[in-house]
Amino acid sequence: MTTQFKKPSPGITPETKPFWDAAKRNEFMLVKCVGCGFYRNPVSITANICPECGSRKPGEWVKASGKGRVHTYTAVHRTFDPSFEKELPYIIVIVELEEGPRFLSNMRDAKPEDMKLDMPLEVVFEKVSDEVTVPYFKPAK
Amino acid sequence: MSQKECAIVGLGYTPQGKCPDWSVRELFLEASVNAIKDAGMKPHDIDGILVELCWTDPTTQNWSLQMDLGIPELSLSAVYDSMGASPGCQMQVAQWAIQNGICKNVLCAFVEKSATAPAVPYRMSAGPGLAYGLHGAMHGIALAAMRHKMLYGTTSEQLGEVAVTFRKHAQLNPKAQMYGKPMTLADHQNSRIIAEPLHLFDCCLVSDGGRAAVITSGDRAKDCPQPPVYIMGYGQGHVKMDLIERNTLVDTGAGVSGAHAFRTAGIQHKDIDVLGLYDATTHNIITQLEELGFCERGEGGPFVENGRLSIDGEFPTNLSGGMLSETYLQGWTGIPEIVSQLRGHCGDRQVKDAKIGLVTNQGGYIAFHSTLILRR
Ligand SMILES: [Zn+2]
Repeated sequence: MTTQFKKPSPGITPETKPFWDAAKRNEFMLVKCVGCGFYRNPVSITANICPECGSRKPGEWVKASGKGRVHTYTAVHRTFDPSFEKELPYIIVIVELEEGPRFLSNMRDAKPEDMKLDMPLEVVFEKVSDEVTVPYFKPAK
Repeated sequence: MSQKECAIVGLGYTPQGKCPDWSVRELFLEASVNAIKDAGMKPHDIDGILVELCWTDPTTQNWSLQMDLGIPELSLSAVYDSMGASPGCQMQVAQWAIQNGICKNVLCAFVEKSATAPAVPYRMSAGPGLAYGLHGAMHGIALAAMRHKMLYGTTSEQLGEVAVTFRKHAQLNPKAQMYGKPMTLADHQNSRIIAEPLHLFDCCLVSDGGRAAVITSGDRAKDCPQPPVYIMGYGQGHVKMDLIERNTLVDTGAGVSGAHAFRTAGIQHKDIDVLGLYDATTHNIITQLEELGFCERGEGGPFVENGRLSIDGEFPTNLSGGMLSETYLQGWTGIPEIVSQLRGHCGDRQVKDAKIGLVTNQGGYIAFHSTLILRR
């Protein structure tokens, strides 16, 4: 019998649930501040507050382009997490999204030596369980 | 200078490396007792305690150390949690309490137990990071180091020169975990890759150990048994913890912190005789040298070449071996070494006639930063 290692959950919270629900529909969503139009990071800011203008009004979920560029990356060659072992070396990428925020993700369809600063990327979705679909990025066509 | 300088007058150590038989509480006590003794004091002379939170055992705190030392009453008592940047911050708060007449003698203490009793795993990468395999500080720093490499062409050999230099220094320090284990640039290049561009020998050690220090007023320092080491300049700079929320990945807060430190000390870079720079990885050294103004942004790689950070170089750095080659006691690796250098107590690794030292601390994916400029 082989052991199946499931990847850790992205830690879905009430504030980030709309993002992960959209991912299940293969849509990449961002939160736009209704006060100043600033695009909030969809998963890293947990409070209902705009870090740009201080508005406490809930942001508006809008469909984003899913396009961006490589801000930086690393190719991971060692992991404590068995669920990542068969992907080694896997690439963690910080994507500078077209709309402004940065998004942490993994690369698909790219080797470490392919990676370049500002390389254009686009989102790709993978269903990892019935509950979770994860957005990854690949080189833009 | 409007305020009178304070001084570091006591240093306390414990065994370091692997200490499986020591509890966190015992290490705190051992380091503290030794620091108080080094200062020529008794526990009841201490009227302030600032403890850096130990993530392995967060139940050992300011209050437990006070009880263990038998001090009936304190005028300052707190836990500090700026992670690796804490000791520089603790000592600044201690200084302000003394300068304002709140305290006379403040004990600052810390324990690390990552070698034999790991802290909460992945504690800094909650939520989405885990789903993407972002595990701990080395992955975060690798992302910053890669951006530095892509923007400025920093090479692995330049990172390696930092590692080799500090390893060379560790050969002069019998207490260093890497004492008796010299390393060449080829060894560095051949060590396995952890997360590009970082090799194993770009990354700090894991260690157990405790350290503590006693801070007092400049006046009282003259009556203490050890040569006083005065706090000339100080600063802090803290950027957002979450990597993707920072303005840039290569700016760490060292710039703001260093500028405060040079301004409060009223000195220039050329006046610094010895450096202690926070070396979670070799990348941290390169970017701090830039941010602190020792060289221009992007010039850190070439700056470290040709032994500039070596004991016989222009800016001798991390003479104990640092966290890369002495021991990983976070900010408490560097500060006691700079104090010892300025006391003139460093034996084979002593920087000749060292009068002024600069020491930095960083913490939490290099989000927190503190700087001290010390003089003898
Ligand atoms: Zn706003």
